[in-house]
Amino acid sequence: MKLELQGITKVFGPLVANDHIDLVVEPGEIHALLGENGAGKSTLMNVLYGLYDPDDGQILLDDRPVRFKGPGDAVAAGIGMVHQHFMLVPVFTVAESVALGYEPTGPAGVLKLDEARARVKQISDRFGFDVDPDALIEDLPVGVQQRVEIIKALSRDAKVLILDEPTAVLTPQETDELIGIMGELKEAGTSIVFITHKLREVRAVADRITVIRRGKVVGEARPTSTETELASLMVGRSVNLSVQKSAATPGEAAFRVEGLSVVSPTGAVLVDDISFDVHGGEIMCIAGVQGNGQTELAEVVLGLEEADAGRLTLDGQDLRGRSVKQRLRAGIGFVPEDRSTDGVVASFSIAENLVLDLYDTEPFAKGISMSPARVVANAEQRAEEFDVRYTSVQDPISTLSGGNAQKVVLAREMSRPLRLLVASQPTRGLDVGSIEFVHKRMVAERDNGTPVLIVSTELDEVLNLADRIAVMYRGRIVGIVDVAEENGTAGGVNRDMLGLMMAGVPMDEARTQAAEHHSILGQAYMEEDAQ
Amino acid sequence: MTDHSHQSEGSDAGNEQAVAAAPPAEVAAEETAPGGHGPTHREDERPSVIHQILAGGALMSVLAVVLALLIGGLLIAFADEDTRAASGYFFSRPSDMLSAGWTAMRDAYVAMFRGSVLDWNAPTFAGMIKPFTESMVFSVPLILAGLGIAVGFRAGLFNIGAQGQIIVGAIVAAWLGFAFDMPPVIHLLVAVLGGAIGGAVYAGVAGVLKARFGANEVIVTIMLNYIAVYLIGYILKTPQFNPGRTGQRSPAVSAEATFPHLVPDWLLPNDFRLHWGFVMAVLATVFVWWLLERSTIGFEIRAVGANPAAARTAGMSVGRITIITMLVAGALAGLAASGQVLGTERSLTVGVAASFGFDAITVALLGRSRPWGTFFAGLLFGALKAGGFLMQSLTQTPIDIVLVVQSLIVLLIAAPPLVRAVFRLPSPTGRPRRPRPARTTTEEVTA
Repeated sequence: MKLELQGITKVFGPLVANDHIDLVVEPGEIHALLGENGAGKSTLMNVLYGLYDPDDGQILLDDRPVRFKGPGDAVAAGIGMVHQHFMLVPVFTVAESVALGYEPTGPAGVLKLDEARARVKQISDRFGFDVDPDALIEDLPVGVQQRVEIIKALSRDAKVLILDEPTAVLTPQETDELIGIMGELKEAGTSIVFITHKLREVRAVADRITVIRRGKVVGEARPTSTETELASLMVGRSVNLSVQKSAATPGEAAFRVEGLSVVSPTGAVLVDDISFDVHGGEIMCIAGVQGNGQTELAEVVLGLEEADAGRLTLDGQDLRGRSVKQRLRAGIGFVPEDRSTDGVVASFSIAENLVLDLYDTEPFAKGISMSPARVVANAEQRAEEFDVRYTSVQDPISTLSGGNAQKVVLAREMSRPLRLLVASQPTRGLDVGSIEFVHKRMVAERDNGTPVLIVSTELDEVLNLADRIAVMYRGRIVGIVDVAEENGTAGGVNRDMLGLMMAGVPMDEARTQAAEHHSILGQAYMEEDAQ
Repeated sequence: MTDHSHQSEGSDAGNEQAVAAAPPAEVAAEETAPGGHGPTHREDERPSVIHQILAGGALMSVLAVVLALLIGGLLIAFADEDTRAASGYFFSRPSDMLSAGWTAMRDAYVAMFRGSVLDWNAPTFAGMIKPFTESMVFSVPLILAGLGIAVGFRAGLFNIGAQGQIIVGAIVAAWLGFAFDMPPVIHLLVAVLGGAIGGAVYAGVAGVLKARFGANEVIVTIMLNYIAVYLIGYILKTPQFNPGRTGQRSPAVSAEATFPHLVPDWLLPNDFRLHWGFVMAVLATVFVWWLLERSTIGFEIRAVGANPAAARTAGMSVGRITIITMLVAGALAGLAASGQVLGTERSLTVGVAASFGFDAITVALLGRSRPWGTFFAGLLFGALKAGGFLMQSLTQTPIDIVLVVQSLIVLLIAAPPLVRAVFRLPSPTGRPRRPRPARTTTEEVTA
């Protein structure tokens, strides 16, 4: 089915989210929609899926104008959507999830689950999905859950499939599998709109690429364009994707983790007997797919959670039994994984957020009396230093974009002498420009001699920043890769090896396997190197 | 003070108010909470019910009051005998009914105004302004207890227990007031302080239970209210508190422990009941403002209330703040009690708390939990109470209409989109009201 969007405009108050966007998706085409966070990709797709009413413009399916009053209409017209956050009920089986909302029923409304089960099996077999209709959603890995979403869309005869940031939650290997599935669907004549901000994937799968910036289509690109070209198009200026950094000059092992274990209240082992150390003046990255114990590790370091076993020492001092406040005072800077829930108080002003963990120290407070003037003065200075774009530091921080809010968090955490910087997903959801800035600050902190511990699920980030990489899988450290050392070997540090380790393959085996076989993404990566 | 509702009635009415407050508030959250697909993908978070209610500006409060008074006016009109008589021949002479209704409504509100602000028919100046001083008298416990509730709201705590905290504070203040002999000013200060401590300790129980064991403060404080009600009933039967063997009233507090009248008799000879408790309410408002906006404790209270996860990550102890907040809230409720016991009533009665503890919730909501907002909301509610009596005696409009108006205010405040719709105000988020992401109704969201 051919999909055409003509002059779609969507305005939210003062914000023009979509400004006369034109887009044509040919039948059986994988069309990538590339843009930074906040560029208007998701709004556009929500318009297409009937969630928003466009203020202007029209949607054509096979050259016939259509009007969707809700997702129901869109689904009926053959449009399927796989949301970034899955819309699944954890305690349902696959068949039940697929049937949900369109339950095949017999007389008296009796649910005919067999029919749903057969449908799942049929679609699953046809595209080689390998999904068990009777498995419970909560037992499935994220990659398989995503396939359930795709099956759900296909079971409603979707001719156009919208995938909203589908790879955000996948391992590199799962991403490869998804790319394979996208190929199958394309062969079968399904059109795919692939929304992403990851350049590498776009180049690996897309037939055509439309780049959106600030609500406008700024250009079309071919998959043969280099990443740098795509990034420049996306950001609107030339960007430097890799961080310029000198070789690390590691000092003493300042921060040590020994035999650390964390067990959840339900008894699941989240962090399983891990040990590593971080030297002054080096960046240690904890790589791994989301949910393999990294979050818990970071929380234990700050003292938000207590470790069930093991020791943490900073500059020789045992951190056990110390409160979060004491650890912050001891010189730990902490950039939380989820900025909006843990990093800032949305209703607080920018200035207040900049002292969120310093409010009771000099010069901001004397006794219990705070000095608003000093808080504001500090804010103006920090915001300047960290290039935060704001109207007034008295405005609530919710008026800032994600990138600027993250800069506020960084500015706060790096505004005191640090003895350890812990940053979880420091660039999640940020635009390319902000990522560049954040990376530079991290490297600068390293060059100050501070031990830096970064938890990241983005391989690009890890490869860009790390001096050493510890890969976590199911709560354990699979292996610690010394980047300088590994670059001396034949294969060097590559995505395949790390990807395999992220799936639990031991380091040496991963190295051998990676040398023998290049994944699709790995190839795209190598082609670029060759150019 | 003439107590129009005795103890058990007071608590029932309050429970109804509390119940009434909760469900519409959830609707409000549902209405304005951003959907999963925000247009800008900014950090969309789903604020709590309390935040939703507090987010509206002063304008929303004013509009809610106006709307509630209008609806109350309609009820007055419909309840009026003349209006109902005229409605019998509405279709032949509709103007009769409309004018009768208008007259009823106008007379009632005029009487209310005369009873609460300025009585221009009074022969003396003192008599003219007496109604306003009466409003101030009624407002003292409402403002003080309202401030306590407001502090709780700012910390994200729904403290329903002001009623119980007032009772316990009143017991302590009264006991210190009549059982001891102390020099003038000191005796008053000790009794006031004792009342505050009594309230604080009682609220602190709920705070500790919440902080240490995660007990829901709503349930705990409601239950503590019941305990307090029976406690005061028991205490007033003990020999020390009950020399008259009525079981209704304690001995009068000694003159040294009472709040002096604010307007001395030699200045304006009239029987003003207004006492220095009102000054205490003003000072408390200033203090709460300072505490919330200028102190590190207030910073923590606000941070914990707005985002406990971020507060924890920033090194604040949520449990500690919960306890501190409850202590402050209870102390303010205890001050409300001492205003009653040492100022207005001058002894401990079974109905000392009336329904102040529950009205205070409304006051704090109407004042958007801002100190001065709560102050003026307390004054307004004091005026409604004071004016209600004259309205009832002059126009035979039942005083219960005041309760209806108060309840309507809560309902309207809990549903900001409703008020916005009535007055055709734009949505504060700047997002259009119609095309809100209408999730496919059957799909569940698991993020």
